[in-house]
Amino acid sequence: MYSFEPNEEQQMLIDAVGKYAENDLRASAHDNEENKELPKKLINKGWEIGLLQASIPESYGGFGERSAVTNVLALEEMAYGDLAGALAVLTPSLFAMPILLAGSEEQKKNYLPKIVAGEWSPYTSALIELSFDFDPNALKTTATIVEDKIKLDGAKSFVPYAKEAQEILVYANLNGVTQGFIVPKDSAGLSISEEREKVMGLNALPMYKVELNDVKIPLANRLGGASGHDFELIFASMRIASASAALGVAKSSFDYAVNYAKEREAFGVKIAQKQAVAFMLADMRTELEAMRLLTWEAAWKMDNHKEDLCSSAYLAHTGAVDMVMMVTDRALQIYGGHGYIRENPVELLMRNGRGFAMMLGLAIV
Amino acid sequence: MTIEFETPKPIANQQVMLKTVAENMMRSISREFDENEHTIPWSYVEFMHMAMKAAGGGGGLTVTEKPKEGDEKRPPLGYQKLASQIEMLSWGDLGMYLMTPGGGLGAAAVAAAGSAEQKEKFLERFNSDVPTYAAMCMTEPGAGSDTSSIRTRAVLDEKTKEWVINGEKIFVTGGDKSFTHYEKLGKGFIVVWASIDPTAGRAGMRAFVVESGTAGVKINKLEKKMGIRVSDTAAISLVDVRVPFENMLGSHNVEKDNKGFRGAMATFDATRPLVAASGLGVARAAFEFLKEKLEENGVKIRYGLPRQKLSNIEREVIDMEIMLKSAWLMTLKAVWMADNKKSNVLEASMSKVKAGDVATRLTQKAVELLGPLGYSRELLLEKWMRDARITDIYEGTGQINRLVVARQILGYSGSELR
Ligand SMILES: Cc1cc2nc3c(=O)[nH]c(=O)nc-3n(C[C@H](O)[C@H](O)[C@H](O)COP(=O)(O)OP(=O)(O)OC[C@H]3O[C@@H](n4cnc5c(N)ncnc54)[C@H](O)[C@@H]3O)c2cc1C
Repeated sequence: MYSFEPNEEQQMLIDAVGKYAENDLRASAHDNEENKELPKKLINKGWEIGLLQASIPESYGGFGERSAVTNVLALEEMAYGDLAGALAVLTPSLFAMPILLAGSEEQKKNYLPKIVAGEWSPYTSALIELSFDFDPNALKTTATIVEDKIKLDGAKSFVPYAKEAQEILVYANLNGVTQGFIVPKDSAGLSISEEREKVMGLNALPMYKVELNDVKIPLANRLGGASGHDFELIFASMRIASASAALGVAKSSFDYAVNYAKEREAFGVKIAQKQAVAFMLADMRTELEAMRLLTWEAAWKMDNHKEDLCSSAYLAHTGAVDMVMMVTDRALQIYGGHGYIRENPVELLMRNGRGFAMMLGLAIV
Repeated sequence: MTIEFETPKPIANQQVMLKTVAENMMRSISREFDENEHTIPWSYVEFMHMAMKAAGGGGGLTVTEKPKEGDEKRPPLGYQKLASQIEMLSWGDLGMYLMTPGGGLGAAAVAAAGSAEQKEKFLERFNSDVPTYAAMCMTEPGAGSDTSSIRTRAVLDEKTKEWVINGEKIFVTGGDKSFTHYEKLGKGFIVVWASIDPTAGRAGMRAFVVESGTAGVKINKLEKKMGIRVSDTAAISLVDVRVPFENMLGSHNVEKDNKGFRGAMATFDATRPLVAASGLGVARAAFEFLKEKLEENGVKIRYGLPRQKLSNIEREVIDMEIMLKSAWLMTLKAVWMADNKKSNVLEASMSKVKAGDVATRLTQKAVELLGPLGYSRELLLEKWMRDARITDIYEGTGQINRLVVARQILGYSGSELR
């Protein structure tokens, strides 16, 4: 059957996340960006909504069952508030979700209960590498099996909360295949940059460079245990997450643009009454809808173990990257010169919007 | 409700069958009827009529679903089935799909604006033993997008209780088949939009059923077109055409509300996603053909690579697939809403905007990417590009549908955003 409406439970969750996104994240997004910080109180409040907790089964300390569709709905809503804030609230998922999806029983028992118990804690993961042709399926960070150890070498970028994290899930290239490795904070050869990463947007989110020089970890720290795991599923989930967050960012700038266009006057009418502006809004809304449905479908394929999940996730993500750039850019144009001034929200949304082209791996559903 | 993307069984089954029809009854003769404009593909017409009757759908592509006993729980699928049928037939040949026997837009207008008796009287004929057509005449030489400015008039002759209609209509899809008497066809009709009170603007607009053969109606010409050449597009003049009083759809009082006009618009809400579906059928044909040709020539599309690592042709193909798939989901959503009695004005027009763009751009791009192969009339791709172009024009141009979308978003009336 085809059907295009969240169920009751999902709607309740959307409403709850929506309230937090609007009143807490959206209200403070500008100041957080300018001050380059996210108050812990703000993050904890988002954490308490329990998005990750609801994806973890009771047997591992959570209270639910993972649904990619539900998580997509929630993530769009959360990112609508503020991308940096949403990514911060969900940073522990970067570590927990791959374990849930691909970890060994021992890893699940070991990590999941302590991550979801109590307050937000900085578990994170490192995927991105600072090169123009960054490709999660062809990483430059390498993993080599040396006797009963795994040796990791390479450099990672844009790792959220790396400095505070006790453990980092590091992705590396093992004989041409991407695999995850759990690297404890105190491993010899692991160094985390003093300074935070400096990027075009997302300044509120603390991100660091992580270097690995001859880091040695036990075989059991390989995600999935000694025999490893399938990265494709994790990758698909990252793509779907990124697409969902892009929807939220785009929707936010679209809503700002609609309201502004109905207020602002030029030549004796509201600018929204000019077709040049109204047609931009129509196209923005249409593309948002197009990519939302493509993203929902990919998530549904994930939940239903469909064979073509990976290409679906790839198409949804690729499409969403273009969509969010187009929508956030046009919102800025509709604000005119005022859109260029940092007091107004649309320029930050546009800077954040551009990030989706390279920020794969900062969210996972 | 829930979020689901599983193709319902009845639709999946129907598509397998229709694909065979599209390949064997349509594509096989596509070129012939493109090169011989204004000839009727009787083999397709008669086969479809017979097949649709045998399938219990009456003789036409309409929403046929009637709730079966003990089946209350099954969700309604009528429009979703219809959109899927149209997509597949247009994958076969868009122009020929428009030749599928049945009431088309004419019957849709009766269904949307007619009374129960009118529906019974005028729609019954589509279940008959011979293929039968109906058409809708809104557009005039001086009034296209701005439907409210039509100049065709209907005046009531108080003595005979007949409406007397005068005016000129153009671009009537299926106008010839619906009005002219053909031996192999049943008696059809055209629905003519006219004003019963020129001072009342939209509130004065009404639709009239004009039966085939009515005196005073003349088919002046059949247009020669860039594409969909197998579908007849008629110019029709009406001089002192008399129709019975009860052939007017809707109320005969000129009320200050826009009921008559809204009747027309209700027709469009229902049909826009269907036009979207037809455009996406051709687009899919072009897309699949492109991929096939590329593969034959050793070009593989490497899904999963970051943009920086893709060749230009790979990027183009991937972007096409994104457009095509997302536009189809939008169309499905719009018809799903119609099936579930949810207001879909916004979604119907968004699907038409998107599909109009996709059908146009994708087919044009495909021709470009295949170079001389794309341009050659020995293959069908160039035809599909010509055919697809109509999608962004009829049933509201891309611009008109953008206006509808924008008004919905902004909460504006037609006078606030024109
Ligand atoms: C093959 C074919 C089949 C057709 N079948 C039928 C049929 O069965 N029945 C029927 O009644 N009609 C039919 N039509 C007519 C079709 O619906 C009209 O051609 C269409 O609505 C546009 O009207 P027009 O051609 O007069 O263009 P115009 O209205 O003159 O428009 C010209 C251009 O101006 C733009 N424009 C117009 N108004 C605005 C505005 N307010 N804001 C911004 N831009 C605007 C349009 O988008 C277009 O780009 C058919 C047409 C064709 C070509």
